[in-house]
Amino acid sequence: MKVALLEGGRSLERGVSLRTSARVRDALVRLGHEPIGVDADGDLVPTLRDLAPDAAFIALHGGDGEDGMVQELLELLGIPYTGSGPEACAQTSDKSLAKSLLRAAGLPTPESATLDGEAMRELGAAQALPEIGQKLGWPMVVKPVSLGSALGLGLAHNADEAPAAMLKALSYDDRVLLERFVAGRDLAVAVIGEAAGPRALPAVEAVPVGDSYDFEARYEIGATNFVCPAEIPEETADEAARIAVEAFEVFGCRGVARVDLLLGEDGSLTVLELDTIPGLTQTSLVPLAAEAAGIGFDDLIETMLDLSSPRA
Amino acid sequence: MGRRSRGGESSAIERYSGLFAERTASMTSSAMRDLMAVTERPEVISLAGGLPDTSTFPADSYAALMGRIAAGQLAKALQYGPTEGLSAARECIREVMAAESVAVEPDDVIVTSGGQQALDIVCKVLIDPGDVIVAEGPTYPGAVSAFTSYQAQVEQVPVDDDGMDTQKLRERLDDLDRRGKRPKLLYLIPNFQNPSGVTLSLERRREVIEIAQERELLILEDNPYGLLRYDGDPLPSLRELDEDELVIYVGTFSKILSPGIRLGWVTAPRPVLEKLNLAKQAADLCSSSLAQHFVAAYVAGGGWPEYISSLRGIYRRRRDVMIESLESELPEGATWTVPKGGLFVWATLPDYIDTTDLLARALRENFAFVPGRAAWVDGSGGSSMRLNFSGADEGEIREGVRRLGAIVGEQVDLFGTMTGRAPKAARKAAIEPQEGGRVVPFTPIEPEAEAGGAA
Repeated sequence: MKVALLEGGRSLERGVSLRTSARVRDALVRLGHEPIGVDADGDLVPTLRDLAPDAAFIALHGGDGEDGMVQELLELLGIPYTGSGPEACAQTSDKSLAKSLLRAAGLPTPESATLDGEAMRELGAAQALPEIGQKLGWPMVVKPVSLGSALGLGLAHNADEAPAAMLKALSYDDRVLLERFVAGRDLAVAVIGEAAGPRALPAVEAVPVGDSYDFEARYEIGATNFVCPAEIPEETADEAARIAVEAFEVFGCRGVARVDLLLGEDGSLTVLELDTIPGLTQTSLVPLAAEAAGIGFDDLIETMLDLSSPRA
Repeated sequence: MGRRSRGGESSAIERYSGLFAERTASMTSSAMRDLMAVTERPEVISLAGGLPDTSTFPADSYAALMGRIAAGQLAKALQYGPTEGLSAARECIREVMAAESVAVEPDDVIVTSGGQQALDIVCKVLIDPGDVIVAEGPTYPGAVSAFTSYQAQVEQVPVDDDGMDTQKLRERLDDLDRRGKRPKLLYLIPNFQNPSGVTLSLERRREVIEIAQERELLILEDNPYGLLRYDGDPLPSLRELDEDELVIYVGTFSKILSPGIRLGWVTAPRPVLEKLNLAKQAADLCSSSLAQHFVAAYVAGGGWPEYISSLRGIYRRRRDVMIESLESELPEGATWTVPKGGLFVWATLPDYIDTTDLLARALRENFAFVPGRAAWVDGSGGSSMRLNFSGADEGEIREGVRRLGAIVGEQVDLFGTMTGRAPKAARKAAIEPQEGGRVVPFTPIEPEAEAGGAA
């Protein structure tokens, strides 16, 4: 099968994308497919039109790949592609919107507030910081509303630290999400949207070596320890799987998605975010989870391709 | 799952990570590296690279030189050469060094594959795991990569407008001494330092030599930019001031001719030079004979001082444009160096602005620079940045700095609205210089005062 491997792009996560795509390319070759790398630039549409691939494997991270634009274009061109559709991508890549939809569906997610750079300049919105502090408490997680790989993520321990943390987040996006900090453990549950219904893979726990699970830690071998399956009580694992599958369904995700959860010290589970194009690098969680479920990397890639929609 | 390509692939990380040498632990990827990957997009105005403007080299000269080599010396140019370099190339190096008033015999020179290889083989010969190398802070990140790949411990001593602070150097050496650590090398870029642009003053040069003599330290003097001086008189190199054979000197054709030809050189005290020769032999047998023939023909042609003079004219104007643009575009509270030569300006913003994050913001405006943290091993330099003025034309520099000014202004405004420190209408006047997080206490120098003498 001729597979257009969409990679690179203009996003800040270009490097991560290229690491994912390099690994996917090798797998596709081993599987007997013909991968053709396509850098998602200004010539994407004519390139895809000329190429007329049987399917597109989306290995983009951040920006156009994750916000649904590329999926929209692929639908217009009639090319089947891996992963979720435009709407699910748009909704999950906007963490603020995603949290509202999760709450509306009755799924737990930490309390939060969203501020917009423009509103801060024009309406003095940042003056609401004391109220936000009262509502969410300190420390507070500060992150850009879009982007999923911990770029721009910070922790403000008190009101004095908030402005610099917000400035950091606003370097990556025009909107900043302030979220209640939940002390606990980071879990990720990969969900595969199989024909018979979504299936959760074993939860992975990310144990940071340093202060927080930041960008460096996430993509550096050895900087974060991953435990898979996570060493958590069976009923917690079942509950995490149930919540992840439900979240997957709330957004109408397809293919493979990763649901990031927090296991609080009190045993509560909350959803932080969904990633509809989870990383597949050597240090990514989804391939680890798949392996724990007896699915090798190549099988995972083949499954993702099989689930591409409309069916290839 | 019996097939290796399927069952085995998934545990590839474990399989290879167990095989890597310990020294690769310092070779890691980073958020900054990922951001830097985006700077290569064609639509980005990048003041990030350390690139000379190679479009200034006349194509017909190149064609004539290569034609001459093809006609007369092709078989030799395509052949291996001696490890220390062709004698004609070493004679050229003698001539180029003489232009900087450094007397050297061709036999005292080893031709290397760029200055970078010289740094590499110096470490290979001198550095055991855990050995200390003292460098300027900030320093050239490529040197740190070379040092740490031999598991050196890099200690940085801050620079000010006169280069490395020698008082702080003494204090650091004393401190290291107390901890039972004796540095092997003192790494310095005395002229128009990368990345800060500052030049080590004559007084401090003498003091550095004195310190090295007192403590029996070897100095690694890296001088890629010495001939690219735009203002003032040249200062003697450390090698020239040294009467005690303590200086290893590294030079390169990268910035005065071409980085693409990959030719640099190293001179060192005889016993060190002999070891360096063996180390280079093990690394790559010899540097490109073709490139050495090219350089030899070029230097023998006699026109090279004029070419460098033309580069100085171009780069001086670009520097002036950059300084003028910084003056008009950056808000108060920002400071920058005014280099008398070289390729770089080092700018420092209010301490609440993190330039690694700012790079992400800048990339959204298709503008790039090098975040300051790249030049420190301990995470310092967070509000500084390196700006290159040799690789972009004057229009690009103006536009790039305009974009920089706009995003810095935006961040200053935002911070002001968040903290109530600065009403936005009075931004320029309201923001106090932030001394707290500033690592390098540069003071801006009026460009008019610097624009005097020409090199």
